[in-house]
Amino acid sequence: MSTQEYIDSGILELYVYGSLSKDEAREVQEMIAKHPEIKKEVEAIEEAVIRLSSSAAPYLPAVNYQRIKEELFTNSAKVKTLRKTSWATYTGWAAALLLLIASAVFYNQYQSNEEVLKVVTTEKEELQKDKKQLENVQEEYAITLNILRDKNTSVVPLEGQKNYSNAYAQAYYNKESKEVIIDAQGLPEPPKGMVYQVWSLQFDPLTPTSVGLLEEFKTNDSKLFRVAEAPSAEAFGITLEPAGGSETPTMDKLYTLGKV
Amino acid sequence: MQQDQLLELIEQKDEKSFDYLYDMYAQSLFGVINAVVKNKAQAEDVLQEVMVKIWENLDSYKKEKGRFYTWIVNIARNAAIDKYRSKAYKKQRQNLSTDNFVSILEGSYNLGRLTNAIGIEAFVKKLKPKCIKIIDLLFYKGFTQKEAAEDLSIPLGTLKTRNRACINDLRTLLNVK
Repeated sequence: MSTQEYIDSGILELYVYGSLSKDEAREVQEMIAKHPEIKKEVEAIEEAVIRLSSSAAPYLPAVNYQRIKEELFTNSAKVKTLRKTSWATYTGWAAALLLLIASAVFYNQYQSNEEVLKVVTTEKEELQKDKKQLENVQEEYAITLNILRDKNTSVVPLEGQKNYSNAYAQAYYNKESKEVIIDAQGLPEPPKGMVYQVWSLQFDPLTPTSVGLLEEFKTNDSKLFRVAEAPSAEAFGITLEPAGGSETPTMDKLYTLGKV
Repeated sequence: MQQDQLLELIEQKDEKSFDYLYDMYAQSLFGVINAVVKNKAQAEDVLQEVMVKIWENLDSYKKEKGRFYTWIVNIARNAAIDKYRSKAYKKQRQNLSTDNFVSILEGSYNLGRLTNAIGIEAFVKKLKPKCIKIIDLLFYKGFTQKEAAEDLSIPLGTLKTRNRACINDLRTLLNVK
């Protein structure tokens, strides 16, 4: 096989991905060592997938770099070994004794400082956690807002059914992107151990498909929930189901329903 | 910089060489991780775990066994898949199982904030759907050739050449020769 045929066989791409067996990979290694043009090709493939995956990724905030560096490079002072000489041994012992006394004194001070540091560090961690949570919420809002603003998004009123005539909800359905947002402001708080489940329905034949659960209902202040995409919804319904959701909707717990 | 130069540098194991490593690969690994866990905050946690793991296990990378990037992307994939499985996956995700790395491009919110991705949406959309699927399975999700061929119901040989053609398309779009 010529090197060009070898390249064209597509084995080098799999080599870069890491999907070859050990033996196959060894064979490629040997070819790379022998043929510079194969090595060049491997490098080009690698560059292409690195650029693809780097680009098709969300923004990576610089704070991650800081976090990782902190984890790797703090608390890792290097220990240097002392050269052995006889005078060093004697003075060493004397120094050790002094050090022992001094360290007892310092240790007490250190302990109280340590306490303070611990409290401050915990506070800092808490704040960072809060900040992160806020960022997540903000991001979620921004996504939601984008969907709501989109010209392809239509509002689907979901009216209360039979025993639940007071219940009301709205679905925002983007027919282009298939995204769905549920506004559950008009639903009562679900009882403990129960959760609302959203279904996209197709008629003829009637097929319900779960598009997700309205989890953490109580803590979601906006009561806006982004659920999974619904590829071909003709209607949306919301039922009350045991925690974790159900395979099929419990029809006598159908709270609201509305046609697209 | 190519991997050979980087490998020489990171033998020092100092902060500066870590910076090079991070610059070259972190964003790419983040992309792979995010395509699997589909949650930015969790992907950031996994990335941290992965970068630490890579750094602490640098000695176990053997040049004669494969590319450095192949080694680290494999660590990233495995960590992401572990995370994905441990999440006791919620029902709402079931319908998203056909998601791939392109779906994160679809929210224009992400696009506005992409760092080095001017025009990336346009180019990714130029990739054929079957290319997106094949790259997603083999590269992002780390399927073996056999698994991917079965998933796509095509013979192994076809899988290889089709994947090659797709990467060639990508290289043309990116102008990587």
